[in-house]
Amino acid sequence: MNVLVGLGGSDESVKTLRQTIDRTQDVGDDLTVAVLEKPESKRSQGEMYEEADSLLSEAGVDADLVRLEGDPGSALVDHAEQGEFDQLVIGGGTLSPMGKIQLGPITEFVLLNAPTTVKLVR
Amino acid sequence: MGRARLYPDEPSGPFPSPPSTIEDREGRDIEIRAPGQLTTDLDAVVEMYDQFDPTDRAQGIPPTGEDRIRNWLETIADESVNVIAHHKPNGDVDGDTEVIAHAMLVPDADDPAAIENNSDIEWELAIFVLQDYQQAGIGTHLLKHLLGHASDVGIERVWLTVERWNNPAIALYERVGFEASGTESFEQEMSIRLE
Ligand SMILES: CC(C)(COP(=O)(O)OP(=O)(O)OC[C@H]1O[C@@H](n2cnc3c(N)ncnc32)[C@H](O)[C@@H]1OP(=O)(O)O)[C@@H](O)C(=O)NCCC(=O)NCCS
Repeated sequence: MNVLVGLGGSDESVKTLRQTIDRTQDVGDDLTVAVLEKPESKRSQGEMYEEADSLLSEAGVDADLVRLEGDPGSALVDHAEQGEFDQLVIGGGTLSPMGKIQLGPITEFVLLNAPTTVKLVR
Repeated sequence: MGRARLYPDEPSGPFPSPPSTIEDREGRDIEIRAPGQLTTDLDAVVEMYDQFDPTDRAQGIPPTGEDRIRNWLETIADESVNVIAHHKPNGDVDGDTEVIAHAMLVPDADDPAAIENNSDIEWELAIFVLQDYQQAGIGTHLLKHLLGHASDVGIERVWLTVERWNNPAIALYERVGFEASGTESFEQEMSIRLE
């Protein structure tokens, strides 16, 4: 399967990438990792790119690593439409102090607009 | 943390403080109390959530199954601020009362134990009324008493998120003074400032 994973720059993004790497190793998927431009997140786009790069090389996974500029939701969906992807993977929401699951606007945009199957990682 | 949350300029209130006994629209006597610690009433509250209809869950809470409910409540119990509504069955003078609704505030802080003033931080709200007791005005009373109690303990900023299609809850929150505070997604974020 040809998988595209989108990363914002939160801890949730790191968890999503780790799980996707594990899955890639188990089943031999083709993986593309897209680092999005999301100024308000914990890691800058550059930092997230570096971290993704080292996680991939530590795991020995040969993946395409790209930076996508512009609005994160639409950039990711555009990229999914350009390529031959079977699945798009994103983080599955954060937990509020109360324990409520919160899905942000990017998740909503991707779910409503992506041409492929979308997987939310928890 | 991410962007700063917005709050209305104008404070809302005053709100009533617990304890109170109110009569709901079905003529039932409902007692609203604020336990000093949720742990005192934990078993009764767990039991209420165990009876909660899973179709009425909101954003994954309450969890289902007694163990997971207890675990969830214990995780947030320590520093939370709670109000609990009990129904005393008619004619039952000193018999068992049943917990039929619960509302709480949970501190939005990495280290809640280190909080000096409750007004320094923001508090997340949630409210649940057992199905058989919904639409009888209890939610409105309970919410007002939670905000009254919050104000008594110095809390000023309260926020919540609610599924955008949960009209009963949004109507309830707006009525007491909550305003939408941005974020357009599956959840509507709302906030209130207390006097
Ligand atoms: C939201 C909730 C707490 C409201 O409690 P409640 O005791 O039913 O509320 P009230 O009876 O005080 O009703 C308040 C208003 O909400 C509206 N409302 C309540 N239930 C409604 C329903 N099923 N459909 C449409 N409107 C409804 C009405 O406008 C009502 O106004 P009214 O008093 O003029 O009729 C309760 O429905 C509940 O526990 N829901 C499930 C959990 C949840 O969604 N919690 C909120 C997110 S944490």
